[in-house]
Amino acid sequence: MTRYIRHAAAFCALLLLALLVNATRIQLVQARAYDENPANRRHTIARYGQPRGDILVGGRAVTGSRDSGEQFRYERTYRDGPLYAPVTGFASQVYGTSLLEGAADGVLAGTDPALSLLPLWNDLARARNPGGQVVTTLDAAAQRAAYAGLGARRGAVAALEPSTGRILALVSTPSYDPGELSGTDSAVARAWARLNGAADKPMLNRAIRQTYPPGSTFKVVTAAAALDAGVVRDPDAPTESPDPYRLPGSSTRLTNEVEGCADASLRYAFQWSCNTVFAGLGVAVGRDAMRTTAAGFGFNDRGLGIPFRVSPSTFDARVDRAQLALSSIGQYNTRATPLQMAMVAAAVADQGSVRTPHLVERTTTADGDLVSATGQHTLHRAMNPATAVRLRELMTDVVEKGTGTNAAIPGATVGGKSGTAQHGIHNSGTPYAWFISWAQADDSMTPAVAVAVVVEDAAADRGDISGGGDAAPIARAVMEAVLDR
Amino acid sequence: MLSPGTTAQADPPAPVVRLPRRRGIEFTLLVVAVLLSVYGYCGVGLARTGAVPPGAAGYGAGLGVLALLAHLAVRLRAPCADPLLLPIAVLLNGLGLVLIYRLDLETPADRAAPTQLVWSTLGVGLFIAVVVLLRDHRVLQRYTYVSVVTALALLVLPIFFPSVNGARIWIRIAGFSIQPGEFAKVMLALFFAGYLAANRNALAYTGRRVWLLQLPTGRVLGPILAVWLLSVGVLVLERDLGTSLLFFGLFVILLYVATGRTGWIAVGLLLAACGAFAVGWLEPHVHSRVEDWLHPFASIEAGRGPNQLAQSLFAFAAGGILGTGLGAGHSILIGFAVKSDFILATAGEELGLAGLSAIFILYGLLVERGIRAGLVLRDPFGRLLAVGLASIVALQVFVIAGGVTGLIPLTGMAMPFLAQGGSSVVTNWIIVALLMRLSDSARGRSEEEQQASGAKQRGAEVAP
Repeated sequence: MTRYIRHAAAFCALLLLALLVNATRIQLVQARAYDENPANRRHTIARYGQPRGDILVGGRAVTGSRDSGEQFRYERTYRDGPLYAPVTGFASQVYGTSLLEGAADGVLAGTDPALSLLPLWNDLARARNPGGQVVTTLDAAAQRAAYAGLGARRGAVAALEPSTGRILALVSTPSYDPGELSGTDSAVARAWARLNGAADKPMLNRAIRQTYPPGSTFKVVTAAAALDAGVVRDPDAPTESPDPYRLPGSSTRLTNEVEGCADASLRYAFQWSCNTVFAGLGVAVGRDAMRTTAAGFGFNDRGLGIPFRVSPSTFDARVDRAQLALSSIGQYNTRATPLQMAMVAAAVADQGSVRTPHLVERTTTADGDLVSATGQHTLHRAMNPATAVRLRELMTDVVEKGTGTNAAIPGATVGGKSGTAQHGIHNSGTPYAWFISWAQADDSMTPAVAVAVVVEDAAADRGDISGGGDAAPIARAVMEAVLDR
Repeated sequence: MLSPGTTAQADPPAPVVRLPRRRGIEFTLLVVAVLLSVYGYCGVGLARTGAVPPGAAGYGAGLGVLALLAHLAVRLRAPCADPLLLPIAVLLNGLGLVLIYRLDLETPADRAAPTQLVWSTLGVGLFIAVVVLLRDHRVLQRYTYVSVVTALALLVLPIFFPSVNGARIWIRIAGFSIQPGEFAKVMLALFFAGYLAANRNALAYTGRRVWLLQLPTGRVLGPILAVWLLSVGVLVLERDLGTSLLFFGLFVILLYVATGRTGWIAVGLLLAACGAFAVGWLEPHVHSRVEDWLHPFASIEAGRGPNQLAQSLFAFAAGGILGTGLGAGHSILIGFAVKSDFILATAGEELGLAGLSAIFILYGLLVERGIRAGLVLRDPFGRLLAVGLASIVALQVFVIAGGVTGLIPLTGMAMPFLAQGGSSVVTNWIIVALLMRLSDSARGRSEEEQQASGAKQRGAEVAP
C-alpha cells in the first residue's frame, strides 16, 4: 500500500504545483493586463482615495476636497467654480477629468513619479504621494473683471502677459460649476445631462476650444504681412485702393462701413477698419506670404497646449484670390480662438515675438517643493521688430482716435483693434463683436497685458462699432485690473 | 517490558531509544503562529486607522489561550503526534480571522469575525475532545456503517430547508446556519477507509476479468459505489458542486490506494468526465459556471460590469508579488461571498504572490504531514483514514483555490480554516485532531515496536 500512498502524495503535490503556477500566472505574468482592464475600479478608487492637490490662483486655492466616505472617497469642491471652470475643468468620479484637472492629473492625484523624493521608491513601497499643487499664472483680478464684463452674454476673454506668455485671464460664459460633477450620486448624472444638453453649451471653453471668424481684428495680421513683405513701406502713403473693391475674378463688390476708404493710407484704413484696403493688401501680399505670417502668429498650429489642448486657429492657404481677399479681412475660412487673437495682440506689443502661452506657472509637492516650472519660450517671430513698432502706433491710434476709444486707460499706452465678424447663412447671425488690445503703463518698460474679447450676441448692428462698443469696455476692465496690480 | 533484575546476567539495561517527541518545537511554532496572527491583526488596524486596533490584545490572548489549551491536550494525550499539524492549523485559523476582520471593516453592518471566533473556539474544543477522548483510532473502524448512515443523513437533511443563494446546503437552527455536508466529509472518509480496509483484498483480487479490467464482484463493490453515487446524486440535487467533486476525488484516491489498481482511476476519470460534461452542458447553473470560467470577462464585454470571477482575478492581479499590505486592498469589490468562497482573493491582493504561496505551502505541509502519518502507520484502516483526511484538505484547497484563480470552473467550497463558515472550520479542526491522533499512533507505535524489538534482541542475547 505504501507505494500507492506515495502516488497519492505525488498527486496532491501536483495539485499544489498547479495552484502555484496558476497564481504566478495571474499575479505576475498577466497582472498588468488585469490591472489595466477598464472594468477594474482600483485605479479610480486609488485616484480618489486621497484628497487631490489644489489649483492655485494668486496664491489662493480655487479647489478643495471633501471626504464623502464613499468608495470614491474624496470629492472635488470648487471655490468660485463658474469663474474658474474654463481653467480648472472638472474632476468627476463618474465623468473623468478635463482641462487643468486632466492635464495636471498626475500631480494633483499624487501619481506623478516626479512627486516622490526617491525615484522608484513608491513603486517598491506601494506608497502614494499626497496630491501636489498646480500654481497658475492667472491674475484673479483680471479673471474677475473679464467674467463680470461678459456678464450674462455668451463670449470669451483671453489675456496674456506679452513678454512671457503667461495667461492672465481665461474666461468663457455662460459657465457652470464643476463641483456639480463631483461625486457619484444621481444628481451628478442629472447635472451632466443638463450641462451637455443646454443650448448655450456652458461646458464649452470658448476661450480656447471655440474658433470664431476674427473679422477686422485679423487686419493686424494682414497689416503685419503687408509691412513685412514691403507691400506697404509708408503707413501714411495712399494704398491706391478702390472703394468698393471688386473681389478678383468675381463680380462681388466689397464695401466699407465707413467713409474715406478709397485710396486711404494704411494708418487711416487700420484706424477705421477699411475692408477694401485690407482685402487688396492681402491679395497684393499673396497667399504664401499671408500664410507664413499667419503661421508666425500661431495660426494652423495643431500642437498648442497650455497644457491642455487648444483648438487650432486656421488660415486657409488653399484659396483663390477672391477667397484670399476675404480671408485677409478675417472672413471666409479664417477662424481664430480668443487665445489666438490675444497672442496676435501680444506679438505686436512685444516687438513681434509670440511667446508660448502657458497657464501653469509651476507645480509643487503638497509641501510646496518645486516639481516643475514652466519656462518662457519664444514660439515664433511673427514679424520684424520694426513692423511691430509701426503696428503699435497703428493700434494706439485706434484707441486714441479710432474705433477703440472705449478701451483707453489714463496713465497707460493702449493699443487695440476692434472687429465684427459676420456669420451664419448669408450673414444672418448676430455678428460677433471682437476687440483685441494691449496696454503698457506709462512708467513701465514692457507692456503688461494683451487681451482678446469676443462677445457672441453683440447688440449693436453697425460694423466695427459693435466690437468697439461691446467688447472694448470688457478689454479695458481686464487691462485695468492687470495694470492696477 | 524489560525490568532490571529479570535477567541472570548483570548487563546494564540498554537505554530505551526514545524518539524525540518535539512538543517543545510545537510550542515554539505555536507562539510564532499566534504572534504572526496578532501582527496581521495589528497591521490591518495600522493600515486602516493608523492605530493598533483596540481588540488586538484580546484577539491575541484569545488565540493564544486556544492554542495553549490545544497544546496541553496534545502534550497529555498525544505526546508523539506530529509537531507541525497544530501550529499550521492555528496559523491558518488566525490568519483567516484576520482576513475576515479586515473585510468586516468594509461591511460595518455585517460583522462575521466574532461569529467565526466562536466557531473557531468550538472547533478547538472539539479538537481537544477528540485528542483526549479518542485513545486509539482503530476504535473508529467499528463505526464504519454508523458513519455512512450519518453521512447520508447529513447530506439529505438540507433538502428539507429552503435554498440559500441557489444552493440547498444549509440548515438553520436558532439563528445559526450549519452546512451538514461539511461534517459528512469526515464521516464519508471514515466509511471509505473502514470499508476499503476490510474489503481491499476482495476488491483487488476477486471478480471477473473483462478485457483489461479486473472487475470485483458486485457484492463487494456494490455498497461503496452505491454510497458514493448516492452522495454525489444528493449533492447535485443540492447544487453543491464543490463537495461532489471532493467526494469523487476522495473515492477514487482511496480506491486506488487500497487496491493499487490504476484501471479504477482510468474508469473513474472517464465516468467523471462524461458526467461532468453532461451536467456542465445540461444543468444551467453549472453551465453558467463553466461559461464564466472559459470567458471570465464576457460580462464586461457585454456591458454588465465584471462578475465575481473577474473581480477575483483583478484582486489577485492587484496584489502582484508583495501585495498591497493587509487592509490596503479592494477585494471587497468582489461583493457577495468575499468572506467565504473568495477569501483567498483578499489574501492574494493584500499579501501578494509571496503570501499566497506561503499559504499554499502551509496547506501542502498539512497534507504532507497527514500522508506521512499514513505511510508510517501499519494498520490499513489507519493508513487509509490518514490518506483520506489529508486528501480532503488537498482537494478542498485545490477545488476552491483553483476556482477563484480561474484554473478550474468555480464551485462553491470553503477554504479550510481561512474562509468564513462555522461548519467548515469545526470540521477542519476535527480533521486535524484525527490526523494528530493518527500521527501519534504512527510514531508512538513505532516507539512501542522499537522497545519490543529491543526486548527481543536482548532475549536473543540471553539465549545460550
